[in-house]
Amino acid sequence: MIEFAPRPEPSAADRALVTLGALCSGLALAALAFLLMGAHPGRAMAAVFSGSFMSAYGLGETATKAIPLILSGIGLSLAFRGRLWNIGAEGQLLAGATAATGLALALQDSLPAPLAVPLLFAAGAAGGAALAALAGWLKTRFRVNEVVSTLMLNYICAELVQHLVYGPWKGPSQSGFPYTDNFAAPLVLPVLGATRIHWPTLVLALASAAAAWVLVHRTRFGFELRAMGGNPDAAACAGMNASRTTLLVMAASGGLAGLAGVGEVAGIHRHLTYPWAVSSGYGYAAIIVAWVAGLDPLLAVPAGLFLGGIMVGGDAIQISMGLPAAAISLFNGLLLLCLMAGEFFLRYRPRRRARTSDLSPVPGGAGKPEGKTA
Amino acid sequence: MARIESLELRDIRKEFDGAAANDGISLTVRSGEVLALLGENGAGKTTLMNILYGLYAPDAGEILVNGARVRIAGPADAIRMGIGMVHQHFMLVGRHTVAENAALGLRGVPFLRPGAWVAGRIREFSKRYGMAVRPEAPVWQLSAGERQKVEILKALLKGAELLILDEPTSVLTDSEASELFAAVRRMTAEGKSVVFISHKLTEVLAVSTRIAVLRKGRLAGTVPAAGAGRAELARLMTGGDVISAAARGPRIAEDAGAPALAVEGLTVLGDLGPAAVSGLSFTLARGEILGVAGVSGNGQRELGEALAGLRPAEAGSLVVAGVDASGRSPRALRDLGMRHIPEERLRLGVVGSMSVADNAVLSCHRDPRFAKGPFLDRAAIRAHAQGIVDAYGIMTPSADARAGALSGGNIQKLILGRETEGTPAVIVASHPTCGLDIGAAEFVRSRLCAKAAQGSAVLLISEDLDEVLRLSDRVAVMFEGRFAAVLPNSGLDRGRVMLLMAGGGEAGRD
Repeated sequence: MIEFAPRPEPSAADRALVTLGALCSGLALAALAFLLMGAHPGRAMAAVFSGSFMSAYGLGETATKAIPLILSGIGLSLAFRGRLWNIGAEGQLLAGATAATGLALALQDSLPAPLAVPLLFAAGAAGGAALAALAGWLKTRFRVNEVVSTLMLNYICAELVQHLVYGPWKGPSQSGFPYTDNFAAPLVLPVLGATRIHWPTLVLALASAAAAWVLVHRTRFGFELRAMGGNPDAAACAGMNASRTTLLVMAASGGLAGLAGVGEVAGIHRHLTYPWAVSSGYGYAAIIVAWVAGLDPLLAVPAGLFLGGIMVGGDAIQISMGLPAAAISLFNGLLLLCLMAGEFFLRYRPRRRARTSDLSPVPGGAGKPEGKTA
Repeated sequence: MARIESLELRDIRKEFDGAAANDGISLTVRSGEVLALLGENGAGKTTLMNILYGLYAPDAGEILVNGARVRIAGPADAIRMGIGMVHQHFMLVGRHTVAENAALGLRGVPFLRPGAWVAGRIREFSKRYGMAVRPEAPVWQLSAGERQKVEILKALLKGAELLILDEPTSVLTDSEASELFAAVRRMTAEGKSVVFISHKLTEVLAVSTRIAVLRKGRLAGTVPAAGAGRAELARLMTGGDVISAAARGPRIAEDAGAPALAVEGLTVLGDLGPAAVSGLSFTLARGEILGVAGVSGNGQRELGEALAGLRPAEAGSLVVAGVDASGRSPRALRDLGMRHIPEERLRLGVVGSMSVADNAVLSCHRDPRFAKGPFLDRAAIRAHAQGIVDAYGIMTPSADARAGALSGGNIQKLILGRETEGTPAVIVASHPTCGLDIGAAEFVRSRLCAKAAQGSAVLLISEDLDEVLRLSDRVAVMFEGRFAAVLPNSGLDRGRVMLLMAGGGEAGRD
């Protein structure tokens, strides 16, 4: 019989091993799912990864998709550290994209790029931060569960974006498509070579990873965040102000997702359009990024690249193997489930339950057959 | 169910991560006797009993019931053999009634009207053993003492012939404990046997027939309770280590300045609405220890929380070292010199997932010594933590180890080191030695005395009346949210205090 014994202290090696094991199990389950869909699992898996990592074009696409995943993933790992289950990166990303678009439409080409681009990012960060802080405020003021509020705000933001692009912001120059007018040239982010990698956002993502790491591990704020996440009662007892920490970390979390939104509209689309086109689920995939990274902002960078690769690979298998788009969502879902299960194995160690040396039957009473387990 | 005439444990060994929690322990329990299992925290008492109850499998050794070897693979086996266990932390479903809790896992319940049958059995058993509980009461409404009765009745309903009580009195007041002992005597008079786990000498001597003393996983000795001396037992428990009893040094001279703490008309609401502390007024002088004695649930917890700023006051004022501190946040109160040693050290005192070093500055990380602007000075924090670890003899692999991995006594030392640093104006200590072994408890007490000698005012909230009487300059007896009396602690009659605790008030309330 297998029993589970609590682990005293998971070491870094345990942590890495469990994460790796979870990823492998996720991949194995995904392979099984591909098989059930009638595809050759080996070929499908190879197609996923060769499509995303084995060619210059694939790598460029992977990095492009990794940018919003890394930014949102860093934000979510901050919130999750404080035990705030922000499921709203998707909406916060859209809020950032919307705020940046609003500013872009107002600015047109009145400012040169070195001035305009930072303003665009600031507006996006403010938009995402405001939306997430709203959920934080509802939690601290009215005890509204943040899972529910952030999730619901995702839908509200998506509808708002649709309303804007079909209605008031619909661009006269877009020949009837539900797009805003294209951003003016100084507001469009430069890209690396022939790729779609809008490098200012990438630089921002890498800098954010380092800054978030310092914030968590080296500052008073990070100390309070870790305390609140580890034991909110003890943090309150030690005089920490949970409401303040909640509002600030939610704002930071949403602000980072908002930056991702700016990158998408100013770097990829150059206008605001359908919400599902602006984001294609980055806000939800970022939840997986945060967990793959073990809530470490620095590790969110490789984790974002990994998830970005899977998304690109998903496109590849749709085209080359005719698998449905849902196949890759399934893939992502299986990965997240395995990672969550891995958390359990980090805290508990499975082992064979030891038997007593003697196996004679129980005298008196009902007795019990040999070998039956309790 | 066969009667358990004798139960024998032979050479039981159990290791956790290479350390032996039980090392070759042999014990016998006979029908009609109370065997006390005495030992400090971590001596292996609970591990041994968890093996007997089937929760752990021993690495070596055997268990014999009435001379025949048995295998106990889980609690279901133990229950079938007539072994019952009442854990230190109760295993009850709060929203269910007493009867519903008792019905969980119970065999032989009739198909028709099961509730009435269970309720009837509970009434019958509670009358038989003198443990009054209402079967229809929801468990969340019950006090700790009542919950324990439910746990014991649950075990008896399942046919327990041998009952294991793990630290049963740690949640009980003195009078509840006497009630428990009476019930235990009725059980043994029927031929049942009881294993009583404790680290309190007084109650072990009061209730048991034989006393087995465990020390560091080994059996240090077994002695009949009749004629056993406290000194002998203490020596067996500690292995001859001398423990100096904390004693008060000379009181520092009364000074004419403002009192360290002045509370006026403090009213605090309890969790369920009505006032738990009603219009309480008292002052605490520098260097004074005021002990608050009382049966739990008379407002002590709410008083401690209100003083620490964790629970808002409905009315009244709080003056700390001459500064009005009414309605201040916990952090502001701390800045005025108020320190708090919380009641539940694991839940309120430490963040288990953070390091010992981080926990050593949990409530003072903003201090300029540890923070430069928004950034933490990690070297200073670590050095400070190492200082506390060394000064208090905290057993930890390093200051970077997770605090959650420390034992209860070491966690309390860490909290004490953090909260009593310097000479704080006021230290509110809520049940500071609850659940600690003798050595750690004495350490905590001597530390509180030392702080008082340096000029801190200490409010000692404790259910251990001996502790209150030993340390306090004055003793306040708390009853129903008020101080029934505040008495100078000289020649104080224990009986009189206990009477006051039970509501046998006297004229002239403070």
